[in-house]
Amino acid sequence: EKLPGVRPSQWTLDEKPTPYETIVSYGNFYEFGPDKDSPGKNAYRLRPRPWSVLVEGEVKKPQRFDIEDILKWAPLEERTYRMRCVEGWSMVVPWVGFPFSELMKRVEVTGNAKYVEFWSLADPEQMPYVRLPLLDWPYMEGLRLDEAMHPLTIFAVGLYGEVLPKPNGAPLRLVVPWKYGFKGAKSIVRIRFVREMPRTTWMKAGPDEYGFYSNVNPDVPHRRWSQSHERRLGEFLKRKTLPFNGYAEQVAQLYAGMDLRKFF
Amino acid sequence: MLPRTLNDRQLTAVKTVLFLAALLPALQLAWAIAFDGLGPNPVETLQRKTGTWTFNFLLLTLTVTPLRSISGMHWLIRLRRMLGLYAFFYGTLHFLTFIGFDHAFDINDIAKDVVKRPFATVGFVAWTLMLPLALTSTNAAIRRLGGKRWQTLHRSVYAVGILAAFHYFWLVKATALLWPILYATLLALLLGWRAQDRIRRYGPWPALPKVQTIRFFRK
Repeated sequence: EKLPGVRPSQWTLDEKPTPYETIVSYGNFYEFGPDKDSPGKNAYRLRPRPWSVLVEGEVKKPQRFDIEDILKWAPLEERTYRMRCVEGWSMVVPWVGFPFSELMKRVEVTGNAKYVEFWSLADPEQMPYVRLPLLDWPYMEGLRLDEAMHPLTIFAVGLYGEVLPKPNGAPLRLVVPWKYGFKGAKSIVRIRFVREMPRTTWMKAGPDEYGFYSNVNPDVPHRRWSQSHERRLGEFLKRKTLPFNGYAEQVAQLYAGMDLRKFF
Repeated sequence: MLPRTLNDRQLTAVKTVLFLAALLPALQLAWAIAFDGLGPNPVETLQRKTGTWTFNFLLLTLTVTPLRSISGMHWLIRLRRMLGLYAFFYGTLHFLTFIGFDHAFDINDIAKDVVKRPFATVGFVAWTLMLPLALTSTNAAIRRLGGKRWQTLHRSVYAVGILAAFHYFWLVKATALLWPILYATLLALLLGWRAQDRIRRYGPWPALPKVQTIRFFRK
Protein backbone atom coordinates (compact mmCIF):
# COMPACT_ATOMS: atom_id res chain seq x y z
CA GLU A 1 0.00 0.00 0.00
CA LYS A 2 1.60 3.23 -1.24
CA LEU A 3 1.99 6.13 1.18
CA PRO A 4 0.82 9.43 -0.35
CA GLY A 5 2.91 12.57 -0.58
CA VAL A 6 6.29 11.18 0.35
CA ARG A 7 9.03 13.68 -0.41
CA PRO A 8 12.80 13.37 -0.42
CA SER A 9 14.78 14.52 2.58
CA GLN A 10 18.08 16.36 2.88
CA TRP A 11 19.15 13.64 5.32
CA THR A 12 18.75 10.83 2.83
CA LEU A 13 21.78 8.78 1.82
CA ASP A 14 23.01 8.26 -1.70
CA GLU A 15 23.66 4.53 -1.41
CA LYS A 16 22.01 1.63 -3.15
CA PRO A 17 19.20 0.36 -0.92
CA THR A 18 19.08 -3.30 0.09
CA PRO A 19 16.32 -5.12 -1.85
CA TYR A 20 12.83 -4.94 -0.33
CA GLU A 21 12.59 -8.74 -0.06
CA THR A 22 15.74 -8.85 2.04
CA ILE A 23 14.65 -6.06 4.37
CA VAL A 24 11.31 -7.73 5.13
CA SER A 25 12.67 -11.28 5.47
CA TYR A 26 15.84 -10.79 7.52
CA GLY A 27 16.09 -9.18 10.92
CA ASN A 28 15.53 -9.38 14.64
CA PHE A 29 12.06 -8.99 16.14
CA TYR A 30 12.13 -11.37 19.07
CA GLU A 31 8.42 -11.02 19.75
CA PHE A 32 8.00 -13.17 16.63
CA GLY A 33 10.87 -15.56 17.29
CA PRO A 34 14.61 -15.66 17.88
CA ASP A 35 15.85 -16.31 14.32
CA LYS A 36 16.58 -13.83 11.55
CA ASP A 37 13.80 -15.28 9.43
CA SER A 38 11.25 -15.47 12.28
CA PRO A 39 9.72 -12.00 11.80
CA GLY A 40 9.30 -12.58 8.08
CA LYS A 41 7.51 -15.83 8.82
CA ASN A 42 5.45 -14.92 11.88
CA ALA A 43 4.74 -11.20 11.84
CA TYR A 44 1.63 -11.68 9.71
CA ARG A 45 -0.12 -12.13 13.09
CA LEU A 46 0.44 -8.47 13.97
CA ARG A 47 -2.64 -6.21 13.73
CA PRO A 48 -1.41 -2.66 13.08
CA ARG A 49 -4.95 -1.20 13.03
CA PRO A 50 -6.54 0.08 15.16
CA TRP A 51 -3.45 1.39 16.95
CA SER A 52 -2.71 4.11 19.45
CA VAL A 53 0.34 5.38 21.28
CA LEU A 54 0.25 6.53 24.89
CA VAL A 55 2.57 9.42 25.73
CA GLU A 56 3.15 9.90 29.45
CA GLY A 57 5.70 10.56 32.19
CA GLU A 58 7.27 14.00 32.51
CA VAL A 59 4.62 15.70 30.39
CA LYS A 60 1.97 18.22 31.43
CA LYS A 61 -0.90 16.18 30.02
CA PRO A 62 -0.47 12.48 29.26
CA GLN A 63 -2.22 11.72 25.99
CA ARG A 64 -3.17 8.86 23.75
CA PHE A 65 -2.63 9.46 20.02
CA ASP A 66 -4.32 7.51 17.27
CA ILE A 67 -2.03 6.23 14.53
CA GLU A 68 -4.17 7.86 11.83
CA ASP A 69 -3.55 11.24 13.43
CA ILE A 70 0.16 10.57 13.96
CA LEU A 71 0.49 9.93 10.23
CA LYS A 72 -0.73 13.48 9.60
CA TRP A 73 1.65 15.21 12.02
CA ALA A 74 4.21 16.09 9.38
CA PRO A 75 4.98 15.63 5.72
CA LEU A 76 6.37 12.14 5.15
CA GLU A 77 9.99 12.08 4.09
CA GLU A 78 12.02 9.40 2.41
CA ARG A 79 15.10 8.76 4.55
CA THR A 80 17.53 6.24 3.17
CA TYR A 81 19.72 5.28 6.13
CA ARG A 82 22.43 2.76 6.87
CA MET A 83 21.32 0.15 9.37
CA ARG A 84 24.08 -1.58 11.34
CA CYS A 85 23.11 -4.52 13.54
CA VAL A 86 25.16 -5.13 16.69
CA GLU A 87 25.62 -8.69 15.38
CA GLY A 88 27.84 -7.48 12.54
CA TRP A 89 25.58 -7.29 9.50
CA SER A 90 24.19 -4.20 7.86
CA MET A 91 21.87 -2.94 5.18
CA VAL A 92 20.65 0.27 3.57
CA VAL A 93 16.99 1.00 4.22
CA PRO A 94 14.80 3.58 2.48
CA TRP A 95 12.58 4.45 5.45
CA VAL A 96 9.59 6.77 5.23
CA GLY A 97 8.92 8.86 8.30
CA PHE A 98 9.28 12.16 10.09
CA PRO A 99 11.48 13.51 12.89
CA PHE A 100 10.79 12.45 16.47
CA SER A 101 10.79 16.14 17.39
CA GLU A 102 7.30 16.40 15.84
CA LEU A 103 6.01 14.62 18.93
CA MET A 104 7.68 17.18 21.19
CA LYS A 105 5.62 19.91 19.52
CA ARG A 106 2.44 18.13 20.58
CA VAL A 107 3.08 17.29 24.21
CA GLU A 108 4.32 19.67 26.83
CA VAL A 109 7.41 17.97 28.16
CA THR A 110 8.42 19.25 31.60
CA GLY A 111 11.92 20.48 32.40
CA ASN A 112 12.51 17.32 34.43
CA ALA A 113 12.56 15.06 31.39
CA LYS A 114 16.08 13.91 30.56
CA TYR A 115 15.44 10.62 28.81
CA VAL A 116 12.70 9.03 26.78
CA GLU A 117 11.57 5.42 26.79
CA PHE A 118 10.00 3.59 23.84
CA TRP A 119 7.85 0.60 24.69
CA SER A 120 6.88 -2.02 22.14
CA LEU A 121 3.67 -4.00 22.06
CA ALA A 122 3.80 -7.31 23.94
CA ASP A 123 0.54 -9.05 23.12
CA PRO A 124 0.79 -12.86 23.31
CA GLU A 125 -2.20 -13.16 20.96
CA GLN A 126 -0.31 -11.45 18.16
CA MET A 127 3.25 -12.11 19.27
CA PRO A 128 3.64 -15.77 20.17
CA TYR A 129 7.18 -15.49 21.55
CA VAL A 130 6.38 -13.03 24.33
CA ARG A 131 5.06 -16.11 26.15
CA LEU A 132 8.69 -17.27 26.38
CA PRO A 133 11.18 -15.57 28.66
CA LEU A 134 13.60 -14.75 25.81
CA LEU A 135 13.74 -11.15 26.99
CA ASP A 136 12.13 -9.11 29.73
CA TRP A 137 8.91 -8.18 27.92
CA PRO A 138 7.64 -5.73 26.87
CA TYR A 139 10.65 -4.62 24.84
CA MET A 140 11.88 -1.19 25.86
CA GLU A 141 14.52 1.07 24.40
CA GLY A 142 15.58 4.56 25.38
CA LEU A 143 17.40 7.68 24.27
CA ARG A 144 18.77 10.75 25.95
CA LEU A 145 16.44 13.64 25.17
CA ASP A 146 18.97 15.46 22.97
CA GLU A 147 19.58 12.27 20.99
CA ALA A 148 15.87 11.84 20.50
CA MET A 149 15.50 15.41 19.29
CA HIS A 150 18.34 15.16 16.78
CA PRO A 151 16.95 15.64 13.24
CA LEU A 152 18.27 12.22 12.19
CA THR A 153 16.09 10.45 14.77
CA ILE A 154 12.82 9.52 13.12
CA PHE A 155 9.59 7.70 13.59
CA ALA A 156 9.38 5.37 10.61
CA VAL A 157 5.94 4.57 9.21
CA GLY A 158 6.99 3.25 5.82
CA LEU A 159 9.56 1.47 3.72
CA TYR A 160 10.24 1.84 -0.02
CA GLY A 161 7.41 4.36 -0.23
CA GLU A 162 4.90 1.89 1.19
CA VAL A 163 3.22 1.35 4.54
CA LEU A 164 5.71 -0.09 7.05
CA PRO A 165 5.66 -3.91 6.72
CA LYS A 166 4.78 -5.95 9.82
CA PRO A 167 8.20 -7.66 10.19
CA ASN A 168 9.83 -4.23 10.36
CA GLY A 169 7.73 -2.95 13.25
CA ALA A 170 4.42 -1.75 11.85
CA PRO A 171 2.77 0.63 12.24
CA LEU A 172 5.28 2.89 14.01
CA ARG A 173 8.90 2.37 14.96
CA LEU A 174 11.95 4.34 15.93
CA VAL A 175 15.02 4.68 13.70
CA VAL A 176 18.29 6.06 15.10
CA PRO A 177 20.76 5.52 12.27
CA TRP A 178 24.02 6.13 14.18
CA LYS A 179 23.18 3.48 16.79
CA TYR A 180 23.02 -0.29 16.57
CA GLY A 181 19.75 -1.49 15.11
CA PHE A 182 18.26 -2.81 18.35
CA LYS A 183 17.91 0.79 19.62
CA GLY A 184 15.10 1.22 17.10
CA ALA A 185 12.09 -0.01 19.05
CA LYS A 186 9.40 -1.56 16.84
CA SER A 187 5.60 -1.47 17.01
CA ILE A 188 5.63 1.28 19.64
CA VAL A 189 2.58 1.58 21.93
CA ARG A 190 3.95 3.74 24.74
CA ILE A 191 6.39 6.61 25.02
CA ARG A 192 7.45 7.79 28.44
CA PHE A 193 9.54 10.85 29.30
CA VAL A 194 11.63 10.21 32.42
CA ARG A 195 14.25 11.79 34.68
CA GLU A 196 16.59 8.81 35.02
CA MET A 197 18.46 6.81 32.43
CA PRO A 198 16.25 3.78 31.79
CA ARG A 199 17.56 0.24 32.09
CA THR A 200 16.62 -1.03 28.66
CA THR A 201 15.64 -4.57 27.72
CA TRP A 202 19.04 -5.45 26.27
CA MET A 203 20.90 -3.86 29.17
CA LYS A 204 19.00 -6.23 31.44
CA ALA A 205 19.69 -9.20 29.16
CA GLY A 206 23.44 -8.55 28.92
CA PRO A 207 24.74 -5.59 30.96
CA ASP A 208 28.34 -6.00 29.81
CA GLU A 209 27.42 -6.62 26.18
CA TYR A 210 24.82 -3.94 25.49
CA GLY A 211 25.21 -0.42 26.79
CA PHE A 212 22.64 2.35 26.97
CA TYR A 213 24.24 4.41 24.22
CA SER A 214 25.10 1.60 21.78
CA ASN A 215 26.50 4.01 19.24
CA VAL A 216 28.02 2.22 16.26
CA ASN A 217 31.72 2.24 17.10
CA PRO A 218 34.38 0.20 15.26
CA ASP A 219 36.84 0.78 18.10
CA VAL A 220 34.74 -0.67 20.90
CA PRO A 221 34.33 -4.41 20.41
CA HIS A 222 31.35 -6.37 21.61
CA ARG A 223 32.34 -8.71 24.42
CA ARG A 224 32.43 -11.65 22.05
CA TRP A 225 33.20 -10.20 18.64
CA SER A 226 34.91 -7.29 16.97
CA GLN A 227 32.83 -4.40 15.66
CA SER A 228 35.53 -3.15 13.29
CA HIS A 229 33.90 -4.68 10.21
CA GLU A 230 30.43 -5.55 9.04
CA ARG A 231 28.85 -7.66 6.35
CA ARG A 232 26.50 -5.68 4.14
CA LEU A 233 23.73 -8.06 3.15
CA GLY A 234 24.32 -9.11 -0.44
CA GLU A 235 28.10 -8.77 -0.18
CA PHE A 236 30.50 -11.61 0.50
CA LEU A 237 33.47 -9.80 1.99
CA LYS A 238 33.21 -7.57 5.02
CA ARG A 239 33.53 -3.83 4.86
CA LYS A 240 34.88 -1.42 7.46
CA THR A 241 32.40 -0.14 10.01
CA LEU A 242 32.30 3.66 10.23
CA PRO A 243 32.26 5.62 13.50
CA PHE A 244 28.66 6.49 14.34
CA ASN A 245 27.74 4.40 11.30
CA GLY A 246 28.96 7.17 9.02
CA TYR A 247 26.95 9.91 10.75
CA ALA A 248 29.82 11.23 12.90
CA GLU A 249 29.69 14.67 11.28
CA GLN A 250 26.06 15.06 12.33
CA VAL A 251 26.07 13.47 15.79
CA ALA A 252 29.59 13.30 17.27
CA GLN A 253 29.12 16.60 19.12
CA LEU A 254 26.35 14.99 21.19
CA TYR A 255 29.06 12.98 22.93
CA ALA A 256 31.79 15.61 23.21
CA GLY A 257 33.97 14.92 26.24
CA MET A 258 32.48 11.49 26.92
CA ASP A 259 34.64 8.38 27.15
CA LEU A 260 32.90 6.23 24.53
CA ARG A 261 34.60 3.08 25.82
CA LYS A 262 32.95 3.58 29.17
CA PHE A 263 29.65 4.83 27.80
CA PHE A 264 29.33 2.20 25.08
CA MET B 1 16.94 -55.08 14.04
CA LEU B 2 20.50 -54.66 12.77
CA PRO B 3 22.67 -57.76 12.63
CA ARG B 4 25.45 -58.20 15.15
CA THR B 5 27.86 -59.28 12.45
CA LEU B 6 28.26 -58.25 8.84
CA ASN B 7 30.13 -59.96 6.04
CA ASP B 8 32.49 -57.95 3.85
CA ARG B 9 29.93 -57.33 1.16
CA GLN B 10 27.35 -56.06 3.60
CA LEU B 11 29.92 -53.84 5.26
CA THR B 12 30.91 -52.32 1.92
CA ALA B 13 27.25 -51.61 1.21
CA VAL B 14 26.76 -49.94 4.60
CA LYS B 15 29.88 -47.87 4.12
CA THR B 16 28.81 -46.74 0.64
CA VAL B 17 25.39 -45.67 1.89
CA LEU B 18 26.95 -43.82 4.83
CA PHE B 19 29.51 -42.12 2.59
CA LEU B 20 26.79 -40.80 0.28
CA ALA B 21 24.47 -39.81 3.10
CA ALA B 22 27.25 -37.89 4.85
CA LEU B 23 27.94 -36.03 1.63
CA LEU B 24 24.34 -34.85 1.32
CA PRO B 25 24.66 -31.68 3.47
CA ALA B 26 27.64 -30.58 1.37
CA LEU B 27 25.74 -31.27 -1.85
CA GLN B 28 22.76 -29.39 -0.52
CA LEU B 29 24.96 -26.37 0.21
CA ALA B 30 26.60 -26.59 -3.22
CA TRP B 31 23.11 -26.65 -4.74
CA ALA B 32 22.04 -23.63 -2.69
CA ILE B 33 25.17 -21.72 -3.75
CA ALA B 34 24.51 -22.49 -7.40
CA PHE B 35 20.84 -21.55 -7.30
CA ASP B 36 20.91 -18.60 -4.91
CA GLY B 37 19.19 -20.52 -2.14
CA LEU B 38 21.24 -19.38 0.85
CA GLY B 39 18.92 -16.55 1.88
CA PRO B 40 19.64 -12.87 2.53
CA ASN B 41 22.93 -13.51 4.38
CA PRO B 42 24.58 -16.34 2.41
CA VAL B 43 27.86 -16.25 4.32
CA GLU B 44 26.13 -16.59 7.66
CA THR B 45 24.11 -19.52 6.33
CA LEU B 46 27.26 -21.25 5.07
CA GLN B 47 29.05 -20.70 8.36
CA ARG B 48 26.17 -21.99 10.41
CA LYS B 49 25.49 -25.07 8.33
CA THR B 50 29.11 -26.14 8.05
CA GLY B 51 29.57 -25.54 11.79
CA THR B 52 26.48 -27.53 12.71
CA TRP B 53 27.50 -30.46 10.51
CA THR B 54 30.99 -30.48 11.96
CA PHE B 55 29.48 -30.86 15.42
CA ASN B 56 26.96 -33.45 14.19
CA PHE B 57 29.74 -35.64 12.81
CA LEU B 58 31.85 -35.17 15.92
CA LEU B 59 28.95 -36.43 18.02
CA LEU B 60 28.31 -39.31 15.60
CA THR B 61 31.98 -40.29 15.76
CA LEU B 62 31.85 -40.28 19.54
CA THR B 63 28.66 -42.36 19.49
CA VAL B 64 30.32 -45.33 17.79
CA THR B 65 32.13 -46.75 20.82
CA PRO B 66 29.27 -46.58 23.32
CA LEU B 67 26.78 -47.85 20.74
CA ARG B 68 29.05 -50.72 19.80
CA SER B 69 29.60 -51.66 23.40
CA ILE B 70 25.94 -51.50 24.30
CA SER B 71 24.61 -53.22 21.19
CA GLY B 72 27.41 -55.70 20.61
CA MET B 73 27.52 -54.68 16.93
CA HIS B 74 31.27 -54.64 16.61
CA TRP B 75 31.26 -53.78 12.93
CA LEU B 76 30.24 -50.25 13.87
CA ILE B 77 33.89 -49.53 14.67
CA ARG B 78 34.61 -49.90 10.97
CA LEU B 79 32.53 -46.77 10.30
CA ARG B 80 34.26 -44.57 12.84
CA ARG B 81 37.13 -43.39 10.67
CA MET B 82 34.78 -42.22 7.93
CA LEU B 83 32.61 -40.31 10.41
CA GLY B 84 35.68 -38.69 11.93
CA LEU B 85 36.99 -37.68 8.53
CA TYR B 86 33.64 -36.17 7.67
CA ALA B 87 33.81 -34.12 10.88
CA PHE B 88 37.19 -32.89 9.68
CA PHE B 89 35.81 -32.26 6.18
CA TYR B 90 32.94 -30.08 7.42
CA GLY B 91 35.24 -28.48 10.00
CA THR B 92 37.61 -27.52 7.23
CA LEU B 93 34.82 -26.01 5.13
CA HIS B 94 33.73 -24.11 8.24
CA PHE B 95 37.29 -22.90 8.82
CA LEU B 96 37.57 -21.84 5.17
CA THR B 97 34.43 -19.71 5.39
CA PHE B 98 35.97 -18.03 8.44
CA ILE B 99 39.38 -17.24 6.95
CA GLY B 100 37.96 -16.52 3.51
CA PHE B 101 34.73 -14.59 3.98
CA ASP B 102 35.49 -13.00 7.34
CA HIS B 103 39.12 -12.12 6.73
CA ALA B 104 39.75 -12.38 2.98
CA PHE B 105 42.66 -14.79 3.77
CA ASP B 106 44.60 -11.96 5.44
CA ILE B 107 46.97 -13.76 7.84
CA ASN B 108 47.40 -10.76 10.16
CA ASP B 109 43.69 -10.28 10.39
CA ILE B 110 43.08 -13.95 11.10
CA ALA B 111 45.80 -14.07 13.75
CA LYS B 112 44.42 -10.99 15.50
CA ASP B 113 40.92 -12.41 15.55
CA VAL B 114 42.07 -15.81 16.82
CA VAL B 115 44.11 -14.25 19.61
CA LYS B 116 41.56 -11.65 20.63
CA ARG B 117 38.31 -13.49 20.79
CA PRO B 118 37.75 -16.62 22.86
CA PHE B 119 35.21 -18.16 20.53
CA ALA B 120 37.51 -17.80 17.53
CA THR B 121 40.41 -19.10 19.64
CA VAL B 122 38.69 -22.30 20.69
CA GLY B 123 37.33 -22.84 17.19
CA PHE B 124 40.78 -22.49 15.73
CA VAL B 125 42.36 -24.78 18.33
CA ALA B 126 39.65 -27.38 17.76
CA TRP B 127 40.28 -27.41 14.02
CA THR B 128 44.06 -27.54 14.57
CA LEU B 129 43.64 -30.53 16.88
CA MET B 130 41.60 -32.33 14.24
CA LEU B 131 44.32 -31.91 11.64
CA PRO B 132 46.80 -34.51 13.01
CA LEU B 133 43.92 -36.90 13.60
CA ALA B 134 42.90 -36.68 9.96
CA LEU B 135 46.50 -37.03 8.82
CA THR B 136 47.03 -40.18 10.93
CA SER B 137 43.78 -41.81 9.93
CA THR B 138 45.33 -44.29 7.47
CA ASN B 139 46.17 -47.90 8.32
CA ALA B 140 49.79 -47.14 7.50
CA ALA B 141 49.85 -44.33 10.05
CA ILE B 142 48.38 -46.58 12.71
CA ARG B 143 51.09 -49.16 12.03
CA ARG B 144 53.81 -46.55 12.05
CA LEU B 145 52.67 -45.00 15.32
CA GLY B 146 51.77 -48.25 16.97
CA GLY B 147 48.28 -48.88 18.26
CA LYS B 148 48.88 -47.58 21.76
CA ARG B 149 50.37 -44.26 20.74
CA TRP B 150 47.85 -43.85 17.97
CA GLN B 151 45.04 -44.32 20.46
CA THR B 152 46.54 -41.80 22.88
CA LEU B 153 46.83 -39.24 20.09
CA HIS B 154 43.29 -39.84 18.94
CA ARG B 155 41.88 -39.29 22.41
CA SER B 156 42.32 -35.57 21.67
CA VAL B 157 38.97 -35.88 19.88
CA TYR B 158 37.45 -35.50 23.36
CA ALA B 159 39.16 -32.12 23.65
CA VAL B 160 37.90 -31.21 20.18
CA GLY B 161 34.35 -31.98 21.32
CA ILE B 162 34.66 -29.89 24.47
CA LEU B 163 36.19 -26.97 22.55
CA ALA B 164 33.42 -27.21 19.97
CA ALA B 165 30.84 -26.93 22.75
CA PHE B 166 32.50 -23.77 24.12
CA HIS B 167 32.79 -22.38 20.61
CA TYR B 168 29.04 -22.82 20.17
CA PHE B 169 28.14 -21.35 23.57
CA TRP B 170 30.21 -18.21 23.11
CA LEU B 171 28.84 -17.62 19.67
CA VAL B 172 25.18 -17.22 20.49
CA LYS B 173 23.20 -14.66 22.42
CA ALA B 174 21.82 -15.49 25.83
CA THR B 175 18.41 -15.80 24.19
CA ALA B 176 19.53 -18.58 21.84
CA LEU B 177 21.18 -21.02 24.25
CA LEU B 178 18.82 -23.91 23.56
CA TRP B 179 20.89 -25.52 20.78
CA PRO B 180 24.29 -25.13 22.44
CA ILE B 181 22.82 -26.65 25.60
CA LEU B 182 21.42 -29.57 23.62
CA TYR B 183 24.73 -30.24 21.87
CA ALA B 184 26.71 -29.90 25.09
CA THR B 185 24.34 -32.31 26.83
CA LEU B 186 24.76 -34.92 24.12
CA LEU B 187 28.53 -34.48 24.31
CA ALA B 188 28.45 -34.79 28.10
CA LEU B 189 26.46 -38.03 27.81
CA LEU B 190 28.93 -39.49 25.32
CA LEU B 191 32.00 -38.50 27.33
CA GLY B 192 30.28 -39.42 30.58
CA TRP B 193 29.61 -42.90 29.30
CA ARG B 194 33.35 -43.31 28.63
CA ALA B 195 34.31 -42.07 32.07
CA GLN B 196 31.84 -44.43 33.64
CA ASP B 197 33.08 -47.29 31.46
CA ARG B 198 36.69 -46.65 32.45
CA ILE B 199 35.84 -46.49 36.10
CA ARG B 200 33.91 -49.71 35.81
CA ARG B 201 36.85 -51.44 34.16
CA TYR B 202 39.96 -50.00 35.71
CA GLY B 203 38.75 -47.66 38.42
CA PRO B 204 40.63 -47.71 41.69
CA TRP B 205 37.39 -47.05 43.43
CA PRO B 206 35.63 -49.97 45.01
CA ALA B 207 32.38 -51.11 43.53
CA LEU B 208 29.37 -49.58 45.21
CA PRO B 209 28.04 -51.72 47.99
CA LYS B 210 24.94 -53.59 47.07
CA VAL B 211 21.85 -51.96 48.49
CA GLN B 212 18.42 -53.30 48.98
CA THR B 213 16.08 -51.70 46.47
CA ILE B 214 13.01 -50.13 47.91
CA ARG B 215 9.82 -51.34 46.37
CA PHE B 216 6.98 -48.85 46.28
CA PHE B 217 4.42 -51.03 44.59
CA ARG B 218 3.52 -54.60 45.08
CA LYS B 219 3.74 -56.72 41.98
